[in-house]
Amino acid sequence: MIDIEDLQFHYADGDFRLDIPRLKVNQGERVAVVGPSGSGKTTLLNLIAGIARPQSGRISTGATDLLALDDGKVRDFRIENIGLVFQEFELLEYLDVLDNVLLPYRINNSLRLDTTVVQRARDLLDSVGIGDKHDRHPEHLSQGEKQRAAVCRALLVKPPLLLADEPTGNLDPMNKDRVLDILLAYASDNGATLVTVTHDRNLLDRFERIVDFEQFLGHGPGH
Amino acid sequence: MKGIFYLAWRYLAYNRWKTSILVGSIMLIIYLPVGLNVVVEESGEHLMARAEATPLLVGAKGSPLELVLNSLYFSLETPELMDYAAASSIIESGLAKAIPLYVRFRSREQPIVGTSIEYFGFRDLQLASGRLPALLGECVLGAAAALELGVAVGDSVVSSPETAFDLAGIYPLKMSVVGLLAPNFTPDDDAIFIDVKTAWVIEGLGHGHQDLARPEAASAVLRRSEDGIVANASVVQFNEISESNIDTFHFHGDLGGYPLTAVVAVPNDQKSGVILMGRYVDGEAQSQIIRPNDVVDDLLDTILTIQQFIVAAVIIVAIATIATAALVFLLSLRLRRREIDTIGKIGGGRWQVASMLLTEVVIVLILGSSLALGLTVLTWRYGSTIIERFVLT
Repeated sequence: MIDIEDLQFHYADGDFRLDIPRLKVNQGERVAVVGPSGSGKTTLLNLIAGIARPQSGRISTGATDLLALDDGKVRDFRIENIGLVFQEFELLEYLDVLDNVLLPYRINNSLRLDTTVVQRARDLLDSVGIGDKHDRHPEHLSQGEKQRAAVCRALLVKPPLLLADEPTGNLDPMNKDRVLDILLAYASDNGATLVTVTHDRNLLDRFERIVDFEQFLGHGPGH
Repeated sequence: MKGIFYLAWRYLAYNRWKTSILVGSIMLIIYLPVGLNVVVEESGEHLMARAEATPLLVGAKGSPLELVLNSLYFSLETPELMDYAAASSIIESGLAKAIPLYVRFRSREQPIVGTSIEYFGFRDLQLASGRLPALLGECVLGAAAALELGVAVGDSVVSSPETAFDLAGIYPLKMSVVGLLAPNFTPDDDAIFIDVKTAWVIEGLGHGHQDLARPEAASAVLRRSEDGIVANASVVQFNEISESNIDTFHFHGDLGGYPLTAVVAVPNDQKSGVILMGRYVDGEAQSQIIRPNDVVDDLLDTILTIQQFIVAAVIIVAIATIATAALVFLLSLRLRRREIDTIGKIGGGRWQVASMLLTEVVIVLILGSSLALGLTVLTWRYGSTIIERFVLT
């Protein structure tokens, strides 16, 4: 599903460097990425999603070589194939919960918004227990509810790949489990690949594989 | 595009106060110069139409503008008074028709115009109901005045006392409404028309009281002689002219010395007008003759100059406001950096984000412009009426 080879990345400013000789994640695999802060875990997700571009190397997602696509095509690919979940939820404050979930369909013409999609969004909200709060703005939700809404937004397009950046970082233990349950259940039910960055070592036993960025320290971040 | 429009609209609706301030600013920037221009143009047209329909105006020497505003638009300011003899002399000259005006009193806010029956023909005022005033104490109301006072033919109106606590002041006179005029969308709509003699009765120059020859008035009689009867203050004065007491009303002294605010002179022809004007050239003359359209022209020139200054000031303020609005917009972009990044990460393109922001600006501009347009239409419709009602009168 994800195939990274000889990847080298650095930002234009600063001395951060990411160097990954080889990383492969199989379709349907549930992977946790761990490592020290600033080691490049979030950067890795951005590279896989095509948000950032490496200076050299190869990244392919499924059969698609992201580096061969222009910006527009990468965005279309991302919105259709990759669900993103962020630590800070990244919900738009001026949209209610339902509109936040439907956001991908409003910002990209490659997706078509119709009543079926709206119904699916409502069903998703119901399934994560916030169906009755679909008309509320994020400011009126708890942290756990916000993240569940953000997860629904990521799942709406039924992506084959889920990238979650510290999805439980801002949540209490009960909500941590709940959000992770939702992500894992989706991956399991749909055969989707899940790559989750996390600092919480208590959650690691729920993943099939752990990629520890310590292994790249000799090659990559900061070296 | 529908999705982008929806997001832009949701953003503006959610930040309704910020949006309202921006829309209000845009509205004012557009409306102030445009609305002012409409007011000036509309008022100018109305003022000019009335002035052009009034060939010559004779009044006592003083401010020509005050004379015009009082005689044409029934303003509150009373010009210097002239004698009724001046009207008679115009008629005697055979050069023009003379229509006396005595515009000094009010009934609540409505001006009471003392004039002659010729005024109605001169202004082409049509009756909607009733008849024109024929007797002392009768009045005819303009359409707006009737509506304002809530009266119909058969009702009565009372002139407002000028000095409520002055025993020697002007007392109110109750007048019978005998006719209502059809609306003609000029200051005449707001007026109450009476015969000039009725105006003199309000003034106190003519009056009616109980018959001193009758036995019930005997106690009031101080002295009887061949010159007349002298009575004390217990004699009953009438403050309403009715069928039963009209015969008791009388005027003392020479009517030629009675006051008028102006005389509208309608020359027989152009030559008569020029000759008539020549008679007032003498610097010693107590009266002046003016062409109202010259006075209104001067007034409009002054207004136009002021308008240009105001528009210049508004343009400077508009530039400052637009610069401020642009600054606010750019600062809000920095505040919205995270939101923009989120949309980009999820899959929205730069074009989508730019379109959304542009749509927000366009919606604000459209709302502001629409409100400005609505206000301009209202100004166009009611501006001149407001000016006439609240500024000129």
